[in-house]
Amino acid sequence: MAVAITTPAAYKRRTSGMKKRSSAFYGLTLMATLVGVVFLVVLMVDVVRDGWRWLDWDFITSFPSRRPVDAGIKSALFGTLWLMGFTALIAFPLGVGAAIYLQEYAPKHWAISLIKLNITNLAGVPSIVYGILGLAVFVRGMEMGRSVMAGALTMSLLILPIIIIAAQEALKAVPDSLRQASYALGATRWQTTWNVVLPQALPGVLTGNILALSRAIGETAPLIVIGALTFIAFTPTSPLDQFTVLPIQTFNWVSRPQADFQSLAAAAIIVLLVILLTMNAGAIILRNKFQRRSEG
Amino acid sequence: MCALVSVGTTLGIIVVLMTETFSFFKTVPFWDFISDTQWAPKFQPQHFGILPLVSGTLLVALGACVVALPVGLATAIFMSEYAPDRLRRTLKPILEILAGIPTVVYGYFALTFITPNIVRQLNPDAAIFNAFSAALVMGIMIIPMVASLSEDAMVAVPRSLRDGAYALGGSKLQVSLRIVVPAALSGIIASFILAASRAIGETMIVTIAAGAVPNLTANPFEGVQTMTAYIAQTSLGDTPHGSIEFMTIFAVGMTLFVMTFILNIIADLVVRRYREEY
Repeated sequence: MAVAITTPAAYKRRTSGMKKRSSAFYGLTLMATLVGVVFLVVLMVDVVRDGWRWLDWDFITSFPSRRPVDAGIKSALFGTLWLMGFTALIAFPLGVGAAIYLQEYAPKHWAISLIKLNITNLAGVPSIVYGILGLAVFVRGMEMGRSVMAGALTMSLLILPIIIIAAQEALKAVPDSLRQASYALGATRWQTTWNVVLPQALPGVLTGNILALSRAIGETAPLIVIGALTFIAFTPTSPLDQFTVLPIQTFNWVSRPQADFQSLAAAAIIVLLVILLTMNAGAIILRNKFQRRSEG
Repeated sequence: MCALVSVGTTLGIIVVLMTETFSFFKTVPFWDFISDTQWAPKFQPQHFGILPLVSGTLLVALGACVVALPVGLATAIFMSEYAPDRLRRTLKPILEILAGIPTVVYGYFALTFITPNIVRQLNPDAAIFNAFSAALVMGIMIIPMVASLSEDAMVAVPRSLRDGAYALGGSKLQVSLRIVVPAALSGIIASFILAASRAIGETMIVTIAAGAVPNLTANPFEGVQTMTAYIAQTSLGDTPHGSIEFMTIFAVGMTLFVMTFILNIIADLVVRRYREEY
């Protein structure tokens, strides 16, 4: 690097080389960024091209069948709705409750920081390990069998860390001055949290919940381990019924060798992606609304 | 109260895995588990050597990292140093969608598109189920994770450091690679480790696309079985409670849990110990 004396020509050569390398690098990073984008486009086009012709009203309202022409996703769609309903009922209150405690109430104590560290670590545990836990505790231990309830409890444990972390971030973003003002008016800590902090943080909390649920909708591995059956020709009527869900039905069709079943899998994937994209769009709209309000 | 659920979950995972793993090791000596080079719980004579499953896992995870680490890092540099604000605001949601696609969809894509159209073009002898296609798709799957965590670390590098380098006549390339990347190194390395841990724990892509035969090999065009795929494929069959096969799920799960847990802890330590404070 150390060039003590340089002529104008040599200086020009050097800087132009620098500029060339710099713009080559720019091209390289741009291309790398496009890898993900191109991959996403190819994947979408491929799935839609494979699955489009199977996608009609019959596909949505029929039960799975051994004959591809008759097969549909009714039981999987209902299973997904049941599972997600119960997962939301269990995970939302628990997760938001834990976040409120950790953010608003918990004293500074080594045990509390240990809990926080523990939650971040849980978010990194492979989902299939949650399946093993669910199999041992809910399916066998509590004898729930391969039911919607066992699945929902397993899923809740899986998404709890995501909900807690997101809700904590949302609570952290509420300015302290609001809390002080509420205390100054004589409100208790609970009144402050319930009437002042929570309404302010609500959009952020909801966004986190939606994203966590959309993660759960796509999860397959833990449900395979707890034994969600793949061939089910009825819709659940109680939380203790057996069930199947969209990703499991997709997996079942993918693993068959016949080309028709693989196209059916593509059709099920289209339905799954439409549900997911709708949920993500909802979360993004909520987030934008929230940002605009807090800026204004 | 509510927060204790998380502690309960961790304890639950550890206790459940420990109990069944201990009864597994009553039948199978620990030394056989880590030194036997065959994994064949369903055949006589039975073999319980975890090595083929671990090597399958590492082969796929390593391949995924070869794809994801350079591409993810370059994406992060582009997003944090080059991209104008508007472009970044369109690219970010696209990467988030990529990260949110269910893994069963990636598995479908690996098996029905990547294997016939890419892997078989490279090597016509490749097996239908092969490590290469699973690794490639898994690599793409973890790009957003590497990119967004690394980008966060780079954005946190103060503007003044960049301005100082530009004032000395540095080009954008020099500023990115010699100032920003070293300053954000702890965050970048942590993102690499977390991505590797994610790749080791990923299940559906390998269950669908990598195969179901435990295979001690370094050839990516052969089929391999990973630890996660073994757990999933064994759960699909009928394994009676209390049988040795049932216990293998927990022993393999324990190995998987320990590996990812250690990686996550290391990532956390790297961030804490080596973070540059500005």
